[in-house]
Amino acid sequence: MKTQGLDKPLLATTAALMVVGLATLYSAGQTDAPSAAAGIWKGQLVWVALGLGVAAVTFRFSPRILEWITPFGYALALALLGLTLLIGTGAGTAAGAKSWLAIGGMRIGQPVELAKVAAILMLARHLGSRREAPGGIRELMPACVIVGVPFVLVGLQPDLGSAMVFLGILFAVLFWVGVPARWLLLLASPLISLLLAFSTATWGAWIVLLTVLLLWTRPYVLEGLGVWLTNVLMGVIALELWRTLAPYQQNRLLSFLNPEIDPRATGWHIIQSKIAIGSGGLLGKGFADGTQKRLAFLPAQHTDFIYSVLGEELGFVGVLVSLALFAAFLLILVRIARRATDPFSSMVVFGIVGLFLTHIVVNVGMTVGLMPITGIPLPFFSYGGSFLLTSCVCVALALRVAWDSRGSGYLEF
Amino acid sequence: MIWHHPHALTRRGAIGRHVVLAVFGLLVLAFFRVQVLGSSLYRLQSEENRLRPVPVPAPRGLILDRNGIALAENVPGYAVALIASSEDSLRATVERIAPIAGIDAAQVERVIQRYRRRSRDPVVIVPDASFEVVSALEERRTWIPGLVIQSEPKRRYRYGEITAHVVGYLDEITEQELEAGTFQGARLGTLVGRDGLEREYDELVRGRDGSLFLEVDAMGRTVRESGERSRLEPRPGQTISTTLDARLQEYVAKVFPAGQLGSVVVMDPRTGEILSLYSSPSYDPNAFIGGIDPDRWRELSRAEDAPLLNRAIQARYPPASPWKLVLAAQAMKRGIVGLRSRMPIPCAGGLRYYNRYFRCWRVQGHGDLTLAEAIQHSCDVYFYQLGLRLQLPNMLHDAGELGFRTPTGVDLPNEVTPIFPSSTEYYNRRYGPRGWTNAVTLNLAIGQGENAQTLMGMVRFYAMLGNPDGTAAEPWFVERPSEGRVRQLGLDGESLQGLREALVAVVAEGTGAGARIANLRIAGKTGTAQNAHGPDHGWFIAFAPAQSPEVLVGAIVEFAEHGSSIAPMVTQIIARHLLGPGAPSSSVTEAELTVPHDSAPTPLPILPNPTSLRRPPRDPPRR
Repeated sequence: MKTQGLDKPLLATTAALMVVGLATLYSAGQTDAPSAAAGIWKGQLVWVALGLGVAAVTFRFSPRILEWITPFGYALALALLGLTLLIGTGAGTAAGAKSWLAIGGMRIGQPVELAKVAAILMLARHLGSRREAPGGIRELMPACVIVGVPFVLVGLQPDLGSAMVFLGILFAVLFWVGVPARWLLLLASPLISLLLAFSTATWGAWIVLLTVLLLWTRPYVLEGLGVWLTNVLMGVIALELWRTLAPYQQNRLLSFLNPEIDPRATGWHIIQSKIAIGSGGLLGKGFADGTQKRLAFLPAQHTDFIYSVLGEELGFVGVLVSLALFAAFLLILVRIARRATDPFSSMVVFGIVGLFLTHIVVNVGMTVGLMPITGIPLPFFSYGGSFLLTSCVCVALALRVAWDSRGSGYLEF
Repeated sequence: MIWHHPHALTRRGAIGRHVVLAVFGLLVLAFFRVQVLGSSLYRLQSEENRLRPVPVPAPRGLILDRNGIALAENVPGYAVALIASSEDSLRATVERIAPIAGIDAAQVERVIQRYRRRSRDPVVIVPDASFEVVSALEERRTWIPGLVIQSEPKRRYRYGEITAHVVGYLDEITEQELEAGTFQGARLGTLVGRDGLEREYDELVRGRDGSLFLEVDAMGRTVRESGERSRLEPRPGQTISTTLDARLQEYVAKVFPAGQLGSVVVMDPRTGEILSLYSSPSYDPNAFIGGIDPDRWRELSRAEDAPLLNRAIQARYPPASPWKLVLAAQAMKRGIVGLRSRMPIPCAGGLRYYNRYFRCWRVQGHGDLTLAEAIQHSCDVYFYQLGLRLQLPNMLHDAGELGFRTPTGVDLPNEVTPIFPSSTEYYNRRYGPRGWTNAVTLNLAIGQGENAQTLMGMVRFYAMLGNPDGTAAEPWFVERPSEGRVRQLGLDGESLQGLREALVAVVAEGTGAGARIANLRIAGKTGTAQNAHGPDHGWFIAFAPAQSPEVLVGAIVEFAEHGSSIAPMVTQIIARHLLGPGAPSSSVTEAELTVPHDSAPTPLPILPNPTSLRRPPRDPPRR
């Protein structure tokens, strides 16, 4: 393959992230207490090799072919998600959730990762075919359904974290297609209503605010009424929904609000992660020398909380460098989306931005207590094959889009 | 406008870029807050997380006798402790090692309770483990997470029961004491002195515990001892030298009548040094090591004969005949009588006072006696009259000056205050203003009535009597009392000389004649303290050589009927001290005791019931 037309900055940042990620994963295995993470980086190395292969294949697909096979891929992903709900198994820290497909006891992957890519492609195909931004709630509905189906299927596993990723993708894509911010707000309003329902006062204030918003945006009467009623309904059923959550999910949300509620159980993760990161200080304790990690105080240090290892050992400087890498990576993707030669490609790449951004923010934010614990992986860092393959596929898609637009004579404005 | 028009995309691309940068800026801020601003706090928490302080007990200081013999010393010992992350894991581990460590279900429960009180520290499982147990546990270390074996010096009292009341014993600090801060610098599990010198000088002897830090993982498993730098060495307790003579003490314990209750104090009257203090029955302070068994404790603390009671300072007895010297000294000081003074009514076996008849112990009577003779024969009739001459208010006043209302201040804990009325108000309160007569004066005059003294207090008085200058220092074991704490009899040398001669006569031919010993001029006084609860208690207080005493021995034996029977023991002790171990003693014990009952009218039943004087009962010590 010729490397001439490949996007160098994207390749470089991806490679850098992979190297830092692998190193951190190696360090996560260096513990004094027996740990499942010992030597796990070698396994990840195999997945990286596999990921590069998959990326190379993905790169060969032109956007036209992709656009054509998208419905089939989407259907396949939904089918697998459905199958997972029926015969799925749990693993690791989420042993209670049915998120894995296994054949003969061999876990072969998490269909949700495929579904993420499929949802991005499907959204791109749907919105890319439009000339203008959806002009109302009704026109937003197809996009919502495309994301909503996998969202619900994943939420039923239950895997709240991954479900959130779908929302991230949806909002990124809708933003990219030019849906005004106030419409996005209306779309998000049921969720906000749900979150605020824990207190009658805040929820009441929200409903008032929403009413004002509706009067200002002036949607069709029925649509406006629908949005308003959905909000009220969400507020009413919030309690019921809360009850349907698994106890561990409830605890996670509660201890996000106050980790000290139960410092030895659910709050443990947040407290220990903050202790590890905080004790790293400015310069960190040195690569592979994090005491909290070494003594197994850090939970899930090779998957969900791998970033805490980096924070403890490399300190604030290490955090700055790695966050800068992630930011650069995302900004490069935004640039590629902007310069893409066709709507579908542009949409796909921006969907990928939404995917990565959600993963990074939710995962990294969780380690410092900014986000509730949801257990979604950090791209290129967390141990796990399915998501690494997904990441590789996404990068390859972006590379392809960049390659296609390399000679387009695009002018910067 | 087409949504993917380059202009639109550029605009949204810029927004997208800003959103990404804003979100990452927020993340950076969050990390800045935790890693830079909160760094010290989290670093501290991370240390706390992984480092467990393990106290390194300081060895207690030795307690030596006057010749450097160790009364309390330390021998190597081991404590087995566990660091556990949760109660469940602790229980599992403890139950697993229970058969090896030899602990039963009740002890397991106690361990769990301890853990609940303070779960961060290693919880002690076996405070006093044998070497076999330690090595057996050490072999199985891999399946006992959080095992900590500490070398912990173990107290040993070489003389055991013999010196128990002087040296005292150790026990774990209680929670109440910990909260009240009774013992400075003590922590949960610290052994503190409970009685005797161990208690009195606890702060000096205890030293200060050090600590080391063990690095543990999240499961509480010990990974390693953290660096030497973080180890805080214990500061050993100070060694204290006492005035006690261990060999003499041993001898005293040997000659003390077996199975009898009572106590002996041997003092150097010149300095106030206590050479020996023995109280019977005694207990074995070594039994408290490693925590006393609750049943054994109950037995000790509730026993009828109160072995924990130090009868030399914690029991009050009517002073009986030895008190006659107090009265004589008071009367002589006030110039009421001289050594050759006689009383108007000679002794005819009793004295009629108003409508009551007060008997003398000798029914035949003593006839007409001088003061010196009255002392020699312990004539009650003489002292009845002397008491009346002295008058009650004077008697009460002078007794206070001589220290009969205050503890002696000996450096042992929990000395009781003797009882002696401070004024006639006492009687008014007790019997009503018209409910009593001057007859109480007669009772007080012969050491009965509302008068209860400790052996130590009486010994101090006889030290004043014995010393040529009529003064005596406070009795002490470790710290010589300051100069100002000297009591004074206030008699001239001639009077003192005369009193001493009278006391010599007591031993030579009077009531204490059985105590005579060749080559030694011993002065002393016997006594029989009326006891409302059974046979009378016997007193004997003596010093030698009579003119310039080097040793003073006081003894009280409960239910011994009268002091004459314990006089031989006292003289033997004097001989042992003055003449050395080879002193002839056998001839003394053979002496026939011819002295009859030294008695008085029925006394007011004021004590002594030593068992009721005991310290308030304490809960059995927790392990």
